[in-house]
Amino acid sequence: MPKRTDIQKILIIGSGPIIIGQGCEFDYSGTQACKVLRQEGFQIVLVNSNPATIMTDPEMAHRTYVEPLTPEILERVIERERPDALLPTLGGQTGLNLAVVLAESRILDKYQVELIGATLETIKKAEDRDLFRQAMARIGLEVPESGYAKSTAEAETIIERVGFPAIIRPSFTLGGTGGSIAYNRKEFHEHVQWGLNTSPTHQVLIEASVIGWKEFELEVMRDRKDNVVIVCSIENFDPMGIHTGDSITVAPVQTLTDKEYQIMRDAAIAIIREIGVETGGSNIQFAVDPADGRLVVIEMNPRVSRSSALASKATGFPIAKIAALLSVGYTLDEIKNDITQSTPASFEPTLDYCVVKMPRFAFEKFPGTNETLTTQMKSVGEVMAIGRTFKEALQKAIRSLEIDIHGLESRFLTHGSRFTDKDGEAWREAVRERLRVPNWERLFYIAEAFLLKIDVQEIYALTQIDPWFLENIREIVELEEDLRNDRSKTLLRLLSPQKLRRAKAMGFSDRRLAQLTGSDELTIRDLRRKLGIQTTFKMVDTCAAEFEAFTPYLYSTYERECEANPTTRKKVVILGSGPNRIGQGIEFDYCCVHAAFALKELGYEAIMVNCNPETVSTDYDTSDRLYFEPLTLEDVLNIIDREQPDGVIVQFGGQTPLKLAVPLQRVGVPIWGTSSESIDRAEDRKRFRQLLMQLGLNQAPSGTVISVNEAARIAKQVGYPVLVRPSYVLGGRAMEIVYDEASLLEYMERAVQASPEHPILIDKFLEDAVEMDVDAIADGGRVVIGGIMEHIEEAGIHSGDSACSLPPRSVPPKILDEIREQTTALALELQVVGLINIQFAIKNSTVYVLEVNPRASRTIPFVSKATGVPLAKLATKVITGMTLEQLGFTQEPRMNHVAVKEAVLPFVKFPGVDAILGPEMKSTGEVMGIDRDFGRAFAKSQISANGTLPLHGTVFLSVRDPDKPHLSPLGQAFAELGFHILATDGTARCLQEAGITAERVYKVTDGVRPHIVDRMQSGEIVVVVNTPEGRTSRLDSYSIRRTAVTQGIPCFTTMAAAHAAVQGIRALRAEGLQVKTLQEYNDGGPGVDRAS
Amino acid sequence: MKPAILALADGTLFEGTAFGAEGECVGEVVFNTAMTGYQEVLTDPSYKGQIVCMTYPLIGNYGINPEDIESRRPFVEGFIVKEGSPYPSNWRKSQTLEAYLKEWGIVGIQGIDTRALTKHIRDQGAMEGVISTVDLSPMRLVAKARSSPGLIGRDLVKDVTCAEAFQWRQGDWQLGHGYLDDRFPTTARLSSTLRLRPEGSSPKSDAREGGEVQLDLFGHRSSVIGTRHRVMAIDCGIKYNILRELVSTGCNVVVVPASTSADEILAFNPDGIIISNGPGDPEGVPYLVETTAQLIGRIPIFGICLGHQILGLALGGRTYKLKFGHHGANHPVKELHTGRVEITTQNHGFAVDIDSIPGGEAELTHVNLNDGTVEGMRHTRLPLFSVQYHPEASPGPHDSRHLFHRFVALMKQERGTQEPLEIPGVERSRVRQRGDIAV
Repeated sequence: MPKRTDIQKILIIGSGPIIIGQGCEFDYSGTQACKVLRQEGFQIVLVNSNPATIMTDPEMAHRTYVEPLTPEILERVIERERPDALLPTLGGQTGLNLAVVLAESRILDKYQVELIGATLETIKKAEDRDLFRQAMARIGLEVPESGYAKSTAEAETIIERVGFPAIIRPSFTLGGTGGSIAYNRKEFHEHVQWGLNTSPTHQVLIEASVIGWKEFELEVMRDRKDNVVIVCSIENFDPMGIHTGDSITVAPVQTLTDKEYQIMRDAAIAIIREIGVETGGSNIQFAVDPADGRLVVIEMNPRVSRSSALASKATGFPIAKIAALLSVGYTLDEIKNDITQSTPASFEPTLDYCVVKMPRFAFEKFPGTNETLTTQMKSVGEVMAIGRTFKEALQKAIRSLEIDIHGLESRFLTHGSRFTDKDGEAWREAVRERLRVPNWERLFYIAEAFLLKIDVQEIYALTQIDPWFLENIREIVELEEDLRNDRSKTLLRLLSPQKLRRAKAMGFSDRRLAQLTGSDELTIRDLRRKLGIQTTFKMVDTCAAEFEAFTPYLYSTYERECEANPTTRKKVVILGSGPNRIGQGIEFDYCCVHAAFALKELGYEAIMVNCNPETVSTDYDTSDRLYFEPLTLEDVLNIIDREQPDGVIVQFGGQTPLKLAVPLQRVGVPIWGTSSESIDRAEDRKRFRQLLMQLGLNQAPSGTVISVNEAARIAKQVGYPVLVRPSYVLGGRAMEIVYDEASLLEYMERAVQASPEHPILIDKFLEDAVEMDVDAIADGGRVVIGGIMEHIEEAGIHSGDSACSLPPRSVPPKILDEIREQTTALALELQVVGLINIQFAIKNSTVYVLEVNPRASRTIPFVSKATGVPLAKLATKVITGMTLEQLGFTQEPRMNHVAVKEAVLPFVKFPGVDAILGPEMKSTGEVMGIDRDFGRAFAKSQISANGTLPLHGTVFLSVRDPDKPHLSPLGQAFAELGFHILATDGTARCLQEAGITAERVYKVTDGVRPHIVDRMQSGEIVVVVNTPEGRTSRLDSYSIRRTAVTQGIPCFTTMAAAHAAVQGIRALRAEGLQVKTLQEYNDGGPGVDRAS
Repeated sequence: MKPAILALADGTLFEGTAFGAEGECVGEVVFNTAMTGYQEVLTDPSYKGQIVCMTYPLIGNYGINPEDIESRRPFVEGFIVKEGSPYPSNWRKSQTLEAYLKEWGIVGIQGIDTRALTKHIRDQGAMEGVISTVDLSPMRLVAKARSSPGLIGRDLVKDVTCAEAFQWRQGDWQLGHGYLDDRFPTTARLSSTLRLRPEGSSPKSDAREGGEVQLDLFGHRSSVIGTRHRVMAIDCGIKYNILRELVSTGCNVVVVPASTSADEILAFNPDGIIISNGPGDPEGVPYLVETTAQLIGRIPIFGICLGHQILGLALGGRTYKLKFGHHGANHPVKELHTGRVEITTQNHGFAVDIDSIPGGEAELTHVNLNDGTVEGMRHTRLPLFSVQYHPEASPGPHDSRHLFHRFVALMKQERGTQEPLEIPGVERSRVRQRGDIAV
């Protein structure tokens, strides 16, 4: 069945900001869909609030709306665009939920929009637990017992049926939050009570737990002719009870016999048919009882998912692209397999390698939260590694995580263990405890357990991790022990060619081998090369070499034959940004993808190196050659040895490749763009200070210290408050503002270990300063500013967590000119070739330089979307030697509209964590609001980030003393807008003094009810403004912010943001939301033409 | 770890370590791309004469499960894996893969670059090879590989077919139940001149008693004669799962040696005939082609794999050798009539040239979407159809099971309104229930 001709215009909904559980995999899938449907001649209308995506590039769709993902906005878009069809299966749960609302509210009917890919009935059958269970019963498949309860009494009857342990999931909480496991009646009562309170519908799902069973996933595709294929099978290393997003997972399945696998396959096919996914992909999860193979169905996602992105990368089968083609009428046999170019897509990929996915966590960002892994996802990113064996893939995955762990390192040993006696029961008991309770380090504790001679049976009993996986780890540990023993031997004796080859084939990094043998990385590397143990590269080809492959999608291993076959073309390697983490997310992948596009445009061969399976950069379609590899010095050098590129670009992937710049340059690798010398000048505090002095620029007084005493002295010298942080960190890791010496000493004690190797930076904190961000491109001779952004929150809030406005809204032109001059001076002095980002603070009309990053910044995609100028692409071309003049980009873009970026925070996923902004970055994603003025743009950004910006109702105000002078205009504004004002004692008094009516409300600590939290929970309060003071008094207001998070009430924790919110509300009240495409905002198409 | 060498006839060498029995083996080296089901592969008699390389690198992860066999013993000549797992994990496992290979004297090699080997075979074609753990002289091994007879024109069927007829009673495997038998108690009346051995009965029924029972030819009680189809399976190296599928589809099945004559087969008046899969070159078994030619048109025939090729020859057509064959569980096959695509299990090195069949009466029904080769045909006039692939799967997807129903439908249609046929009165013989299936 060929392409449908009755539809011309297709609406695609993106997944919005990156949040935990919904990452950039949906940019990957959406981008694939847009690209292929566009090629097929369809008109594409795209809506997504996330500017850091490739899918929102103006070339990807014909009409790109960067607008809030709400039903109202979607209706506006539909009304304006009149699409023939809506493809809802590519935008994650967000896209799917919106499609359901649009269908149920008959908006789709009204405008005659057809749902393609999945019907409303299908979506509901898959998503509604009761309907799903009925459907499974019809086809004879088991699901865990479950039931919905609206009261504790109902819960009681359900638990009789379900039994312990039971999983309790509150219905309709944000992002599936609040899932918990009850092992006994007491816990059950608590969790149900809490769940009922948390759920907006006061309903919980109680489900029998199959904790400890083996977990599997199948990726299934079906076409209109009912052809079904299984694209990939995945076996979880971690058993049931840990969210699959937080589990280590392995493809293909390892421990199922063919008979068992085929039962699962048959079940998957029956499910996709019964649920009725007519075209496209689905992800189906199963649990298997390890004792007797009994199989139950856990859930089904009738859409592309995180796992389908992983499956696509693991197999080379582009699920989203093919799902898009199927949705417009093609059948699987009509679609060609890109990789073989001769065989059709109607087949099941077969692997001749093993794939391991490992999650990356960010618990260090959220002290105080429970780090136990449960049914609610907590990881912020992931890596994938490919090897010829599980052992190799596992060890490659570990070093891909970039957590400064290079192999199966003992946790207690590296943490400076209190244990010394390996035979001691105390050490063993400590390890057992960490095996019993799932945590992100468990893999390492398993290795440690083997080291302590705890046997497989016992580890299995503690972890329920399949013995097959455990035995593989044991083999690695045994070889480690072998290498560790007897260091008196010479390195060559210790590492015989056979043993070294065996270790490398098992995935050992040079660095780990150096650790084990008391050597260093480069010595091992030299020895290895001397012995002729060279890395080989193999292709991911969907077919285990049965057919010739034409897509150079490669991974490293230690085998006989290398398939890299480098070309003799002019070529450039782009180093990617590795796993998503807080502080380094999709924005950097966006830049790397643009670099690849630009290089291809110029006729270079673009070679991508990255290990993040969620991204567009690791789509084999993005670059000419893709190496799916860890971004360590060793792995990158191996690729460079093989490829001999003309240049390597390190400035787009964030800190990950930047860290490699110096060591790479040292061994003679040609780094293109800004030199590593300049990078060092900007990163090294002392050299940076000299630089600023030389240019006569202002910097807040600061110092670098290597001891606690010195810290106190310097802090006194520069004057409190001070900003303290370890040097060389990303995302403001462990950065804090301290107001007095006691707090400083407490910080030094708690957060960091100062030493000559780990200096601490102390800066005078510029209170109430306005912070500015500038992105610019320099070609060595000319500097052109891409955008100047004014932060909404004052300096002191991490720029990644701060909202910002482009263009600036309150800074006088004179100061902007000064910023422009300083930017130019810095870029020229640093001989920047490519991108540069500078952060300034303005206090009392004085411009201070906060930091200079001679690389791509987090704001590049935002500025590019707002202005229509593809900065990363232009920068890439500059890096290849073109001038800005040649590129026609010689002037700062002028805008007739305003774009506001807002950060999206993951507090809801981390119970126990205060929802407060500070110098340490905590956001996982961002949204953009764009409109003709600041108020409207800000309002849109808030709706995109929070789901809502209430226009009337009750506002709760509680501000700290230093903010009280600014309180009355805010209160006045809310009052004028007709808001009813609730306030705590001090704030209320302050308002009343200014003649503003405010109802006083009890604090929680007052001990009188109903207090403020009660009133928030009752749904009475629609907006919260709460500016917290120092550490101690924060505790009082903690419950307010926490409640706002769980209840989804917009909560502003700075006065600046609150003022901006008022402007937004005012703008929305004056006139409802209007929508407009990026193409219209930046008419004349993508930027450069306009700029020149 | 004991060293082992794989030497190919073109002089290519792979050095690895021994995996399985020590010794030496010779055969045509082929690769199989299925990611699960190594045990079914090992015991597939079609691999007689071949050394199999598994492209999935981690083999043996779930060990050996006594139920997962496709014939009485492993038939591969040799086995090649990247990494054999010494610590299998599965609730049904009884031993490690390596122990099993040792037990059956199968020589294997591990630790070689199986992908490089696969690419070599893909590019150069399947070729003869030797694995040895006892003679590590490359020159001698290459010479041995070169002097190996190869598959062309050889009768390998005689090495794998059953020695005597037997009755099959085992049905599908079900989780939690194991193999279902045909659910009919073993009281029977008639038998045949052929001695019957009920092989492959489920352990449960085997355990029932050790006494002797009488069975009729098709193992059913007289009272149910007529409700089940009587199928005679010509064993060219038949995989048990073909038989299990037939039982599950409601057939009474008797398996006969490949050398059984057409007259002998016709004497029992079966409702249908299966010509099974088997090893090697169809032109190596002219007697079977002859038998088949005599059966065509008289009784419904379903040919599978080698059986399909035999039918091609019996209809007057030609077969030819593929470069490296199809061995795996992911090959897309399109049924031309419905347009539906099935993911199929395949294991063959030869193919039918359908255009060579005279008279234009062989209709192409199935085509391989990877390379366009013939995957199935039917006769436009006579009751026969055949497929090149394995509808019984095992290992592999169950997408094509419906072909067994189609066979039953064909038998029904041919039987028409006739009443069930009388079972010819032949002399009784007493048969013994055999014990466990040899593993």
